[in-house]
Amino acid sequence: MGKRVLLIEDEPNIIEAISFILSRDGWTVHTHEDGVTAMEKVASMPPDMIILDVMLPGRSGFDILRDLRSQEISKDIPIMMLTARGQDKDRELALRLGATHFMTKPFSNGEVRDHVRNMIGA
Amino acid sequence: MSRQRNSPVFLERASYKQRRLTDAARLLPLLGMVLWAIPLLWRSDTAEGTSNATSLLYVFGVWVLLIILSALIIRKLQVDTEPSQSESSD
Amino acid sequence: MISFNVLIFAALSYVAILFAVAFLAEQRAAAGHSNWLHSPLIYTLSLSIYCTAWTFYGAVGYAARSGLEFVTIYLGPTLVMVGWWWILRKLVRIGRSQRLTSIADLISSRFGKSTLLGMVVTVISVIAATPYIALQLQSVTLSFAVFAQSGAQVWDAADFNATALWVAVGLAIFTILFGTRNLDVNERHHGIVMAIAVEAVVKLMALVAVGVFVVWGIAGGPSGMLQRIETSDITLWDQDSGRWISLIFLSGAAFICLPRMFQVLVVENADERHLRVASWAFPAYLFLMSLFVVPIAVVGLDLLPAGSNPDLFVLTVPLFEGRNGLAVLSFLGGFSSATSMVIVATIALATMVSNHIVVPVWLHLQADQHAMMSGDVRKVILLARRLSIAGILMLGFIYYRASGGGTALAAIGLISFTGTVQILPALIGGIFWRGATRIGAALGLLTGLLIWTWTLFLPSFGVEAVISQSVMELGPFGIAWLRPQALFGIAGLDPLVHGIMWSMLWNAGIFVVGSLVSFPGPLERLQGAQFVNVFERSNAAPAWTSAATGAEDLLVMSQRILGSREAQAIFETEAARQGLTGYLPEVTPEFIQHLERELAGSVGAATAHAMIGQLTGGSGVSVEDLIAVADEAAQILEYSNRLEAKSAEQEQTARALRDANTKLTALSIQKDAFLSQISHELRTPMTSIRSFSDILRDDTMSAEARERYAGIIHDEAIRLTRLLDDLLDLSVLENGQVVLNEQTGDLSSLIDRAVGAAGLHDSLLVVVRDQTAEQVTLSADLDRLVQVFINVISNARKYCDASEPRLTIDVNHTEEAYHVDFIDNGSGIAKENEQLIFEKFSRVSDQSKAGGAGLGLAICREIMHRLGGDVAYLRRKDGTAFRVTVPKAKMSAALAET
Repeated sequence: MGKRVLLIEDEPNIIEAISFILSRDGWTVHTHEDGVTAMEKVASMPPDMIILDVMLPGRSGFDILRDLRSQEISKDIPIMMLTARGQDKDRELALRLGATHFMTKPFSNGEVRDHVRNMIGA
Repeated sequence: MSRQRNSPVFLERASYKQRRLTDAARLLPLLGMVLWAIPLLWRSDTAEGTSNATSLLYVFGVWVLLIILSALIIRKLQVDTEPSQSESSD
Repeated sequence: MISFNVLIFAALSYVAILFAVAFLAEQRAAAGHSNWLHSPLIYTLSLSIYCTAWTFYGAVGYAARSGLEFVTIYLGPTLVMVGWWWILRKLVRIGRSQRLTSIADLISSRFGKSTLLGMVVTVISVIAATPYIALQLQSVTLSFAVFAQSGAQVWDAADFNATALWVAVGLAIFTILFGTRNLDVNERHHGIVMAIAVEAVVKLMALVAVGVFVVWGIAGGPSGMLQRIETSDITLWDQDSGRWISLIFLSGAAFICLPRMFQVLVVENADERHLRVASWAFPAYLFLMSLFVVPIAVVGLDLLPAGSNPDLFVLTVPLFEGRNGLAVLSFLGGFSSATSMVIVATIALATMVSNHIVVPVWLHLQADQHAMMSGDVRKVILLARRLSIAGILMLGFIYYRASGGGTALAAIGLISFTGTVQILPALIGGIFWRGATRIGAALGLLTGLLIWTWTLFLPSFGVEAVISQSVMELGPFGIAWLRPQALFGIAGLDPLVHGIMWSMLWNAGIFVVGSLVSFPGPLERLQGAQFVNVFERSNAAPAWTSAATGAEDLLVMSQRILGSREAQAIFETEAARQGLTGYLPEVTPEFIQHLERELAGSVGAATAHAMIGQLTGGSGVSVEDLIAVADEAAQILEYSNRLEAKSAEQEQTARALRDANTKLTALSIQKDAFLSQISHELRTPMTSIRSFSDILRDDTMSAEARERYAGIIHDEAIRLTRLLDDLLDLSVLENGQVVLNEQTGDLSSLIDRAVGAAGLHDSLLVVVRDQTAEQVTLSADLDRLVQVFINVISNARKYCDASEPRLTIDVNHTEEAYHVDFIDNGSGIAKENEQLIFEKFSRVSDQSKAGGAGLGLAICREIMHRLGGDVAYLRRKDGTAFRVTVPKAKMSAALAET
């Protein structure tokens, strides 16, 4: 059983794409679509890594990131932020708030796979 | 209000003519003044003084002339209403 | 002999016809059929008020006494008209661009809107016009008397006075009725102008008819006439060159300076091109008016018994020959000349008196209430005008009574002209010389007025009347060089030439020197530049287009003029009237008009008009001028308000500025948010497409999976396309390049189509419809309309957050339009967001999984505006409601544009 990746994202097609890429690479992918309840999801079953979208229904990805970093249980989990807005200030904000990596949509499949491998791989 | 913009060195024939027409329009009252002042020089060198009919016909003749000239100038000017106005003041 | 009663009847019927003409003209103008009123012909004829009864009757007498000198009175105006390019063209343009109401307004406005100058010019004009009006009353009265006496009645002084009084009262009534009917004081007087034009034709016809009768009926044709003229006792050409030139100058100058001439030349001018026609047509009119003067005088002297009054030959020659019809026509001609002159002169003078004396005084009295413009100023103005009209006619009547109606009156025509002409230096200097100042103008005017009064006006009352014989001969207190008719020891000149020369020399001299040594105020310099350079200014392209006009711009400007508290109160009241919250109303034409009137109260109509015109994109002054005006007006007001406590006002201004800044910041943030929003909307589908195309390329998989992933790519590509389409659609709509395709269809089926296409199949949303109300036929671009419906319905699907979402579609209609209301039971839109939802890319919050980029409502609004309708958010207690308004009438305006 590979390590667990939690994907917090609201676009069904993107969920499906990332799940496909990571599963094929041997990771176990859990998904969550709602920003408001994301924290509970992490608390109930802490993953090895989190992929977090910035624009989520209900709550901004940046807010969730800040909360994750302030909780004992999740403060060390590697987090990769995903955004489609592609502004430099978003990247800066994400890294300042403690994101491990920041990735702009659209991404190549290999890029996702390689970053996940780097972050939690052997 | 830059001047250069409004005054090219050479004008097309049409606007050149328009400008000369406005010159004519400006000169017309001066012509009238001169023509109507001329009888003052007639001064009674004869004992009779100036002939009534002559002076009457002269004054009214100048009048008709001015009316006709003015109407002619306006007619020509009216073909194109605005071109000459920008260069008019001072 | 015709009976006196018949004559009275003729006069009264004539007046009745004039009433009818004036009334009809007003009616037509009110109904918008005023094209024929605005013809160059009417304009030319209206100028004929220059020819008064003094010229109608008096010219013949003048010719009988002084030969050709009478013609100078017409030669001056002829030269001025023929030389229209010099002065009149500029005056008319200035009058139109500055919205001048009178010659006093011109002078006052040119010299920094000086109240003092306006008053001085008004006073000069009234003093100079009073004897002239008396002269008109006299000639009408005399002409009545001619008929009465030829009917063997004997008139005593009481009869004369009674007649003059009745004439004055009748004229006052007519003038008040048609001269002050319009509530809008700046309106032209269509009725009056039309009546004047009719009178112009009547008097010309009358004089020509008498002339034709004299030449062909009595003298036996032109050559016979010339022979008679040659052998006549009159010496036609024995001109003193000083008098000849002075009188041509005087009449030409008076033609420009007379308030009544300014009224018809400039104020009533509807189109600058009319001036071109009048420039030759009016000299022709004058030519015809004077052509038969000499023949009538010569024949009259030959025919009538010695001692007959030559001033009345126009009447008495036909009467003597037994041509009663002709005599009546001639009487009506003289009557026309008198009435038309008096009517226009009193209107012009009344305008000046009310605007430059009554209103300033009234404002001054109101000033302590601090609420400058609280009352209805226009009522005051109209009342002032009516009273002024009556007052001026009364002055004329009193002067007539006091002068005894004798021959002294006849001489005063030229003296009255000379008084009026004192305005000339200030006027000419004002429109040609930027260096002319208020102080120079005021000093020049007062000097001219003083010299005129001393040398001409006071002596005109007759020997010993005002100035004693000894003063005339020895000078006041024995100072010989101050003798009224021999100033500075220049004796032996004709008194009139003497008066004209000295008054004009001193007037112009002091005006120039005063202007050179004084320094003009800022507003004065600005006005000076605008008057002198009127042609350059009005040709400059307007710098601000109407699209740029926002309520904020107007507010900022108004605050500078009115003070922030007043300005904001006006804007808030208007916003409330329009049913809007906040302090900024929609900029409607009515509001602009209203605002302009408010501003005019503080800075004058001309300035207010220019400022508003500039902001709203109407032509006028340039931006620099506008800012200069605003700054200078503000400076002036500030100066006068300096002692008043201003801290509260300043704080309010500061707050308004802060608010404006907040709003700007919000807009800018919104724009950023919008750009990242569009980036998000574009990148999301591209992410899926890229990812799945990678997957399809790299992997081997089942045909089923392959098909599924290809389907996802397809869907996302469509989503991307739709977004781009929306952007393009909006851009096309906003640029107005859209082509509308009008069809006719049934509302019900349109809603069917929209509901079917709004993607409700997998949604909980229940649509409640009233099929019977929907049975209406619409005529519009139906595809576009359906697009709007789909958008509104899918918004309800996306945003309605009720547990059992329900959308009710209501249809009702007013006279002009159908209202289709889409009401859902969701939680509605927060009040602060109501303004934003129609902005493009402004989704109310980030929480949407809307699938659109927030362009939908912006597009809907653009579409509906193109269709001549609207889509609006209706605030309700519960739920969100949008109203789509579809015009019933054919969308003519919008369609015609495309």
